[in-house]
Amino acid sequence: MLFATAVFAPLLGSLVALLFGKQIGDRAAQAVTIICMILAAICGTSAFVSLVYGGGAPGVITLATWVSSGDFSVTWALRYDTLSAVMVAMITFIATLIHIYSVGYMGHEPHGSVWRFFSYLSLFTFAMLMLVTADNLLQLFFGWEGVGLASYLLIGYWYHKPSACAAAIKAFVVNRIGDLGFALGIALIFVVFGSITFDAIFAAVGQHQNDSYSVLGGTFRAYEVIGVLLFIGAMGKSAQLGLHVWLPDAMEGPTPVSALIHAATMVTAGVFLMARMSPVLEYAPGAMAFVTFVGASTALFAATVGVVQNDIKRIIAYSTCSQLGYMFIAAGVGAYQASVFHLLTHAFFKALLFLGAGSVIHAMSDEQDIRKMGGIWKKIPLTYTMMWIGSLALAGVFPFAGFFSKDAVLEAAYASHGGFAKYGFWCGILAAFLTAFYSWRLLILTFHGAPRADKHTMDHVHESPLVMTVPLMLLAAGAVLTGFTFAHQLLGEHWQHFWGAAIHNGPHNHVMHDMHEVPGWVVALPAVVGLSGIALAYIIYMGMPALPAQLADRFGGVYRFLLNKWYFDELYDRILVRPIMALARGLWQVGDATIIDGIPNGVASLTAQGAGRVVKVQTGSIAHYAFAMLIGVVVLVSLYLIIR
Amino acid sequence: MNALNAAGFPLLSLLTFLPLVGGAVIMMIRGPEAAVASNARWAALWTSLIVFALSLVLWFKFDTSSAGFQFVEEAAWLPQWGITYKMGVDGISVLFVLLATALVPICILASWDSIETRVREFMFAFLVLETMMVGMFAALDFVVFYMFFEGVLIPMYLLIGVWGGPRRVYAAIKFFLYTLAGSVLMLLALLAMWYAAGSTDIPTLMATQFKPAVQTWLFLAFFASFAVKVPMWPVHTWLPDAHVEAPTAGSVILAGVLLKMGAYGFLRFSVPMLPDATAYFAPMIFALSVVAVIYTSLVALAQTDMKKLIAYSSVAHMGVVTIGIFTVNEQGISGALFQMLSHGVVSGALFLCVGVVYDRIHSREIARYGGLADRMPKYALAFMLFSMASVGLPGTAGFVGEFLVLVGAFKVNFWLAALGSMGMILGAAYMLYLYRRVIFGSITRDDLKSIMDLSPREIAVFAPLVVLTLWMGIYPSSFTVFWDASVHAMVEKHIAALASTSKLAGVIVP
Repeated sequence: MLFATAVFAPLLGSLVALLFGKQIGDRAAQAVTIICMILAAICGTSAFVSLVYGGGAPGVITLATWVSSGDFSVTWALRYDTLSAVMVAMITFIATLIHIYSVGYMGHEPHGSVWRFFSYLSLFTFAMLMLVTADNLLQLFFGWEGVGLASYLLIGYWYHKPSACAAAIKAFVVNRIGDLGFALGIALIFVVFGSITFDAIFAAVGQHQNDSYSVLGGTFRAYEVIGVLLFIGAMGKSAQLGLHVWLPDAMEGPTPVSALIHAATMVTAGVFLMARMSPVLEYAPGAMAFVTFVGASTALFAATVGVVQNDIKRIIAYSTCSQLGYMFIAAGVGAYQASVFHLLTHAFFKALLFLGAGSVIHAMSDEQDIRKMGGIWKKIPLTYTMMWIGSLALAGVFPFAGFFSKDAVLEAAYASHGGFAKYGFWCGILAAFLTAFYSWRLLILTFHGAPRADKHTMDHVHESPLVMTVPLMLLAAGAVLTGFTFAHQLLGEHWQHFWGAAIHNGPHNHVMHDMHEVPGWVVALPAVVGLSGIALAYIIYMGMPALPAQLADRFGGVYRFLLNKWYFDELYDRILVRPIMALARGLWQVGDATIIDGIPNGVASLTAQGAGRVVKVQTGSIAHYAFAMLIGVVVLVSLYLIIR
Repeated sequence: MNALNAAGFPLLSLLTFLPLVGGAVIMMIRGPEAAVASNARWAALWTSLIVFALSLVLWFKFDTSSAGFQFVEEAAWLPQWGITYKMGVDGISVLFVLLATALVPICILASWDSIETRVREFMFAFLVLETMMVGMFAALDFVVFYMFFEGVLIPMYLLIGVWGGPRRVYAAIKFFLYTLAGSVLMLLALLAMWYAAGSTDIPTLMATQFKPAVQTWLFLAFFASFAVKVPMWPVHTWLPDAHVEAPTAGSVILAGVLLKMGAYGFLRFSVPMLPDATAYFAPMIFALSVVAVIYTSLVALAQTDMKKLIAYSSVAHMGVVTIGIFTVNEQGISGALFQMLSHGVVSGALFLCVGVVYDRIHSREIARYGGLADRMPKYALAFMLFSMASVGLPGTAGFVGEFLVLVGAFKVNFWLAALGSMGMILGAAYMLYLYRRVIFGSITRDDLKSIMDLSPREIAVFAPLVVLTLWMGIYPSSFTVFWDASVHAMVEKHIAALASTSKLAGVIVP
């Protein structure tokens, strides 16, 4: 019951705040949601501890029937195993801190509206919890769409801002494109397995190995098609290359929302799906190669874009995109455990970085452009320290959390066989260099050098209140500790003991073993490139502050290409948004109004003219009428004979 | 009268004709105009509430384990022609009777203040409409069905033509001609069936095997009638005009119940009576439905009028229904039925949402609004819920039907499922775009700065719809259980019928 409490307490908080927020006021709504979240975090952590360390047994908690039609039947049920327990503990812990932080961050909002924000935050958490604890794909889809809704509401929280509304719609619609793939994947799983409940699917994996499915003019193994369709869903939610365009815009929402989206909820859903469906995906090598390829490309692409951005949140947003790429590299080579490990450590340091950025923005009177910052590290030393810790973890510096998980991902990629895995490894190495570089670019431009903000803003620079800094410190502790605390348990020799049956590695998948046997240079390389990235950023931005502008001038084309994020938005606008809107107007005004309505209106006027002629035919002569009738009968009879 | 009626009294006839009695009473009200209007409103509300309360007997007493017709009533009518007055419901129809009886009191409440002229006649027309709708879903004789099916047209025509907007006459006539044109062909089919089977009893017709060649013609005749009613692409253009001009309550009933008549007709006649033609024409229906989903969703995206946008979205949603029906598997048909019910509730609610702001500002122009969230938080919340249900968010009514149809369609063909589900993406686009332009943003117009949030009466109108939307999404089994047995029997019978014709034709069935 601990587990169920952890899942449903946020829902309770959200509903109370939503339905009674107006009556009880902001303070009470904040108190209720936070108490529910703390309760959830305590229950979630206890459930995790008792399962993994207390010898608890995994199981399924069935709540009620949901959809039932013929042989299609699913229930509302919570699945309690290591994967879901570890996710629940992480989500509830981080979401609780984000709730608490928001009390301070949203303190300047007009009173009487903040209850809405807290209600949405809790709803977001609940949807994500439903997603990770689902016992069947349809319930997972419920959570999946639920986080979509909550993110829409939160990104568009400042609904007066047109950019926020646009970003909210973009997030929902782009996600929906992925969701269509996911829904089709679920349908195919039902057609192949006759069930969409995890236990039933996993038990039958052996029997359908050679099932095939025809689509796109070819016949493929059904597992490969399933894998690709599910991954299309994951691409939407986890912002992989092509469907990533919503994520950077999602920072239009208040900063705590960005932290929640980028760290604990939403974007991790796709990675989770890969781990959850590992028993099937293990037998879809083609699909998994595709996963690695897309993940690796995303990791590199997003890192290149992050290098030149100037908005503090946008840089961090692209780093999320890039880190998600790492997770998919690991999942694609079969090291789901490494992928989930990176998800966990990333959750801590990314939440830390976003909330730290929020603290900076808060201090700078809502300025987000790092070109207008600088010279503030002495004024907000605590935030500065936190950002350092977050960046060290992100860059993968020993002994911070990212070091362990990023190394694990890259070692797994190297240890795995095949060209895609190698591609993943080298993209990952390159991205690691760029990650370290842009992280220190951000740190130096934000905190060091001469102040570039106006005096008024500079006078106001102040450290955030305790309600914001305490969550930062707790997250920082996570960003330092989660790496070496969990690395051994999750990936060490006793990893099977930790994971139990929650993640499946196929009989020919030895990556969990092989990743510990890679050559020494592979282990050292990520750390080396990371440190050189830091060094380069230090040299350029501390030593030669004029150089970046010269480089941007010199390589203007490349610079603009990166600054405009490889022109993805412009491309989609040209080839999708505008043509579709033009088509929509065309179908309406030409298709409906002119053609379809034109025919009946034409018929109507023909009838009117015809009636006039008929009047002339009515001559009054019986012979004429008889002749007309005869012709009619002949026509009818001959029609009848011909057609029958 | 049949003694085996589960209710112990002629429940369905009572449900059908009680509104007519109430209507007659209303027409007898005399006195000063204001008093007449007020009395007519209350009399209509009470009549419809009593009818709804009575119809709940169906909910509680319906035997969900049986696939057959229940609450059957029979009375001799024209015995020499083989025509009887026969009423009864099975799993396919029972919830539509309830949908009709539930929506009518909501509509009457919604028209409380917005209908100011000829209130008595309005209420009368509405109650006559209820009689026709309930009678149509409960009829078990083709002739009785046909009379109600056509009868629905008359009050609806009047509702649009008398209480409608500026172009009401054009819209009413277009509505009437389109739907009538199809119906005439159905009359021919009725005659042909009667001639072939010697009876117009629907269960008898279901048991009759028509020759494949005859089936083709009958199917086309039915198709002409039902496709217009659904409406399917490309005979859908009467719908946006009718919706735009109809008063709010008229739109609610039009979207909520009348659009279901076509799909219901397919399920009652085409699929069970004409299995070979159903199989033969299914690809054509799929093609038209997929076009409907994509085409009308795109057209919805370009709309500048709120009601037109929702009207076009209805066509897209009904496209999903027709796909589901013609997959003729359990998920497909069950999903289609669910989608019909949920669309009845959700699109009805969306038209009511438009009605709320129309009553205040007297404009349906999307650009006329913006920033309503500031002044109307309750309204914004209700509108959000119904928009999400329309988009098909899991946990709301709209998801279950769409998903079951997706599964059913997937069993037929990947592309049918993929293209038929494009509404998932396009629906999100047009609904959120609408919501953004109406609810989000800042208030710029003066009259919007003082616009009032939902009144207690309006909350009473929305509350049952909110409950239904969530209930249907979270615990759909309480609805699907009604038709599981009937759908199962229908699918089995269809497969058996196809197998027998293949055998007759000498084809070896594997």
